[in-house]
Amino acid sequence: MLEVRNLRAEVGGVEILKGVDLTVRTGEVHAIMGVNGSGKSTFSKVLAGHPDYHVTGGSATFEGKDLFSLEPEERARAGLFLAFQYPVEIPGVSNSSLLRLAYNTLQTGRGQEELDPLEFEDLVHQKIKVVEMDPSFLGRSVNEGFSGGEKKRNEILQMAVLEPKLAILDETDSGLDIDALRIVANGVNSLLTPNNAVVMVTHYQRLLNYIVPDYVHVMDGGRIVRTGGKELALELEARGYDWLRAVA
Amino acid sequence: MAQKQGKRDQCFEQLLLGKTVESVGWLKPLRAEALNLARAMNFPSNRNDDWRFTDLSALYLHDFHPVVSFAKLTKAEIKEYVISGAIRLVFVDGSYCAELSDPANTHEGVTVASLLERLGDPLVEGHFGKHAPYKQDAFVALNTNFFEDGAWVHVAKEVAAPIHLLHVSTRREVASAIYPRNMVVMEPTSRAMVVEEYVGLDDGIYFSNAVTEVVLKEQARLQHVRVQREEKNAFHIGHCSVEAGKDSAYAATSLAFGARVSRHTLHVTQQGEGAEMQLDGLALVAGRQIADTHTVVNHAVPRGKSCQLHKCIADGSAHAVFSGKVIVQEGAVGTDSTQSSRNLLLSDKAHIDTQPQLEIFNDDVSCKHGATIGQIDEDALFFLKSRGLTEERARNLLTHAFAAEIIVKIPVSSLVETLGKTILERINEVRK
Repeated sequence: MLEVRNLRAEVGGVEILKGVDLTVRTGEVHAIMGVNGSGKSTFSKVLAGHPDYHVTGGSATFEGKDLFSLEPEERARAGLFLAFQYPVEIPGVSNSSLLRLAYNTLQTGRGQEELDPLEFEDLVHQKIKVVEMDPSFLGRSVNEGFSGGEKKRNEILQMAVLEPKLAILDETDSGLDIDALRIVANGVNSLLTPNNAVVMVTHYQRLLNYIVPDYVHVMDGGRIVRTGGKELALELEARGYDWLRAVA
Repeated sequence: MAQKQGKRDQCFEQLLLGKTVESVGWLKPLRAEALNLARAMNFPSNRNDDWRFTDLSALYLHDFHPVVSFAKLTKAEIKEYVISGAIRLVFVDGSYCAELSDPANTHEGVTVASLLERLGDPLVEGHFGKHAPYKQDAFVALNTNFFEDGAWVHVAKEVAAPIHLLHVSTRREVASAIYPRNMVVMEPTSRAMVVEEYVGLDDGIYFSNAVTEVVLKEQARLQHVRVQREEKNAFHIGHCSVEAGKDSAYAATSLAFGARVSRHTLHVTQQGEGAEMQLDGLALVAGRQIADTHTVVNHAVPRGKSCQLHKCIADGSAHAVFSGKVIVQEGAVGTDSTQSSRNLLLSDKAHIDTQPQLEIFNDDVSCKHGATIGQIDEDALFFLKSRGLTEERARNLLTHAFAAEIIVKIPVSSLVETLGKTILERINEVRK
């Protein structure tokens, strides 16, 4: 599904990614861990096409397409989804109208029928249960006045509605209390199928107690320096990152 | 320079040559006085502080002629502007059109009628021309002499139906001068909503010079929506004077979307203690449009409240101006006033001037004001694109959202919907 080879990228003239390799197949859950500044958030933004980040080398193929030749919206239509570390507030745009606009845009891209507001309301009321959100959030402006946890749940609601092939969760666990973490994790788990995949970017092992990864990657200095199974995360929790840095 | 000056003088002279509108009784000397005052004036020059940001030179290129025979419009031609369930007066090129109107014959406690038909009413005589400054302002003076007819709105009770004053300008052989006039009197404890709207048909070139006077007596409440969606080659200069009595509430939403050059001047004077004023405004301009909004809120007596939010959106090489003055007089203790000017620039060539001004003459007040000018938020843009929206769609959505904050407060859903469409059309026109 996703093949990243020797990816190098910079922001503001500073090279952050220095040759990242990653392969994600359908049905898999990956975790990318690392300390602050290791490049893990940059990696997720580069994949989604953030305009501040520039690819300087390497390649990424998503569903057979050259990812870096696609605009951010084309990546979304191809089935890529980024749950933002810091979700933006958009006053004046209601959550439900954003969801419907995005959903119908992707439907059109898939050559399928758009849903009218009533049909969509049925769909979104099903999906909102996934993140245990009150339907009153649908009528509010996107993320405006939402708590940190509500914003993260709202990202997962978007994921639930848009049904991406590959979801990248950028520090979705940061700033969540234990109840919110459980809700978000349950939401993500319920969306996992043999036909999609998830890449979690996280600093802490905590999230991986709830969403169990098939692979854990450790990123350091802009490269993936170690890949293992879920037990690698436990080892990191016990020993910290330093022993790996020494190896790298 | 001399040539420019000549065009300005010529355009003004041409306006002074307008048609004499016959009138009876008390109105005749008032018209004559206004014409004499106008003769001694001219268009305001850019040395005039109130006009220094506003380039009227595009107006001077035309000779505007009086309308001598009035077009007949069908209901179908104004269909898109009709608010269902509203009490409606329609004016075509300044003249009252009974066939298209639906005045308030069946509503108790409210009179909505042509001004000319009500000239014998002592209330009309008592209020007309008493509030708008025809002695100081050339445009108000011209209107006071040349107005063909106008709207008379008198409310003595609570009226649930919106009162829609629709001024339609048509395309004519020559550029025309049109003088819409409105007078709204709210009796004590009355409540109403007035939608004052200016639209054009068939891409006509005309100069719409409008004057509105509003009086709120004790505890009266008025929601006043002003919609300016003139044709793109038209000119619109509007003045509105409001006097707010004791414990009255005046809420205005002023929207400027159309016209090549437009100006809206709003003067609100708090005359009775405890009056509350909510002033919202939105100007959305593109291409070579110029839209100027000048407001003055005058707190003359104690315990007044005013809250103002004005937004400008400018695209293309358009120019938007906002000047908002708040005056707190010496005796106006306990005044509470906030003013916010928020502006969105959509292109490198667009231009916005914003000028909040506070003049405070006593210490016992709370006054806050602020102004921001920004561009489309890049993070929000990336977020929307990452959800599949094209750049264009995402920009439109964010622009619309910025504008929507003003229009969603209008309590007539069908109007909110058509205004939303107008906004999207204006945004899309520019991007083509």
